[in-house]
Amino acid sequence: MDILIVLQAGVATGTILLFATLGGIFSERSGVMNLGMEGMMLIGAMSAFSVATSTGNPWLGLLVAMLAAGLISQVHAFISITLQADQVVSGLSLGFLATGLALVLGEGLSKAGTVPLIPSYTVPLLSQIPIIGPVFFTNQKLLVYLGYIMVPLAWYYINRTRPGLHLRAVGEYPSAADSLGINVYRLRYFYVFVGGLFAGLAGATISLAISPGWFSELTTAGQGWIAIGLVIFAQWDPVRAAVGSYIFGALRRLVLDIQGPNVIFGLANPFYYNPYWGFFLEMLPYAFTIIVLVVGSREAIRKRLGAPTALGVPYIRGERGL
Amino acid sequence: MAESGLPRANWLDRLPYRVMLEPRLKPPSRFFSLMLSFGSVVVALLIGAIVLAIAGGDPWATYAHIVKASFGSVGVLSDTMVKAIPLMIVGLACTLAFRMKLWNIGAEGQFYAGAFGASAVVLAPMLPADAPGWLFIICMVAAGMLMGAAWGFVPGILKARFNVNEVISTLMMNYIAISWNNYWIYAVWTEGGFQMSKVFPKNAWLPRLADYAVEIPFFRGLTTHFGLVLAVIAAVVVWLILYRSQWGYEIRLVGDNPRAAEYAGISIARNTVLVMMLSGALAGLAGMSEITGVVHRLQGSISPGYGFTGIIVAWLAKLNPYAVIPVSILFGALILAGREIQPSGIPKMMNGVILVCLIASDFLLRYRVRLVRRGEEA
Repeated sequence: MDILIVLQAGVATGTILLFATLGGIFSERSGVMNLGMEGMMLIGAMSAFSVATSTGNPWLGLLVAMLAAGLISQVHAFISITLQADQVVSGLSLGFLATGLALVLGEGLSKAGTVPLIPSYTVPLLSQIPIIGPVFFTNQKLLVYLGYIMVPLAWYYINRTRPGLHLRAVGEYPSAADSLGINVYRLRYFYVFVGGLFAGLAGATISLAISPGWFSELTTAGQGWIAIGLVIFAQWDPVRAAVGSYIFGALRRLVLDIQGPNVIFGLANPFYYNPYWGFFLEMLPYAFTIIVLVVGSREAIRKRLGAPTALGVPYIRGERGL
Repeated sequence: MAESGLPRANWLDRLPYRVMLEPRLKPPSRFFSLMLSFGSVVVALLIGAIVLAIAGGDPWATYAHIVKASFGSVGVLSDTMVKAIPLMIVGLACTLAFRMKLWNIGAEGQFYAGAFGASAVVLAPMLPADAPGWLFIICMVAAGMLMGAAWGFVPGILKARFNVNEVISTLMMNYIAISWNNYWIYAVWTEGGFQMSKVFPKNAWLPRLADYAVEIPFFRGLTTHFGLVLAVIAAVVVWLILYRSQWGYEIRLVGDNPRAAEYAGISIARNTVLVMMLSGALAGLAGMSEITGVVHRLQGSISPGYGFTGIIVAWLAKLNPYAVIPVSILFGALILAGREIQPSGIPKMMNGVILVCLIASDFLLRYRVRLVRRGEEA
């Protein structure tokens, strides 16, 4: 087991979580928590796979996946923003709806044949750097590089641009934003849509690049929920989101790869000789998510950082409150 | 533009009527809220029909089939009840937690944990195989509820101590429970390498109606089991707790207004842990009832998403413990008949559509919608 190869695959796996987490950050920064992430990712994975197999063009699949997930996210936007329903319940219901829809529309898709994949690329020069080169810049899918670009872009957009300022204002203090002429409702709809686009991108990253295919609910295997946990761990910051996503990606790969060789670091590999321990390895990413949440919450209390103030609170014009 | 005289005219402004929303000052009547739930289910069925038609199915034939396959005869009605029993108990688990606005999404995992606990009584074994049936039932109920409570305790204490979002932690516990059960099924209690344990001895089965066919011939072949009694007892207990006890008053107060509850000296942290544990214990009871009443052995995939459907049951029942029972029967029918429907994702999607419509319709409980003629406004 070559540790560099595990890390390289981990970065690729982590890219899925990265896109989903970034989507969650955009939507939550505007004050709307979307628990339907898992369902939206399934919609994305399903439509990407479906379009790519039937047209032979993975990029078209990617585009359709993003739009489809963005579109379905608007169900949550309508219920939680316009109808002012509890965001937890509304997001859950979107999750059920989107998951069911993906299963219905994806029926029989697993036998659809080979899917054209997003191509891989090795960056000339950068791949020569020791350790970093082989892990980050060698033979990675183009979407992985898109992830590298997305992180600073998202950070810059949120923290250094005027639309980013409006985004934060709407999530922190919507009535103040409203009084300055910012349309709170429209912006929240928009950023829920952006969250959907990212979720679709994450789904397409699964089915067209990282682990190609359509395996109904097993396609995402809870990664949407892990991403929601990562948003909290990341303190709604894209850079921390990247760190968390890649660590999680590496962990997920390690869990898969550690059972392969019979000798690790010159010692007999207990996971090779006790294959049933694999069930405990399977638990690790989920247990680790809970640990990460504990760490994130404690840190938030200590540093007095935290969620966008208006997160989860419907904005009702003309009422007291946020 | 032609209508440049009007400032920012859009098509909505040109309609002769305008939609006015008025907040309701007092909650609407029970009848209205019942009709609203009923109406949203009808709307959901219509939306489902459209999707079915688009997916190439015949919606009316499908719906007729669901009704016939789940209520058509005493035999299938009994099978519907079998599917409804775990939903009832899980629905009650969700009702209790949701009443405190504690989003326990982990009923599925607590269900698996309960199934594990009940199985351990037989397979560990904690009781000899020839122990009397009533002793088995008591021990299995206790073990199942204990395991479920343990599974609920973890997210509960994390929420109370570290303010960890319980939606995510309960969900993660689901995946952990399934892996945990799989370990025992594959590695320890496997029967000849198969992915299931050995069948429980007969005295560890919950009694079924069919067991009394000798005395009452009408019961021949009916699979409805003792879990139904457990479910009804659970409904009464949950109702008594929520509406006739001081603890229930605290739970409801925390749910409605946590700040007021805190000023009144109610410990939110303590109630969070206790409610999560009891909610988990109920979901564990559902797992126990399923494993000893239906499956009679420990194996994988014992639940077609009972834990998640329970959320919808609780919501449709408007968090009323007694209403959970009839609502569960409807969803039991959907699960039973849904097994034969193609595409196979239909029941799951219908669950989603129903929940979306229900939650959207809650808006009408809080607001009165009125159409106002434009002239009247001024």
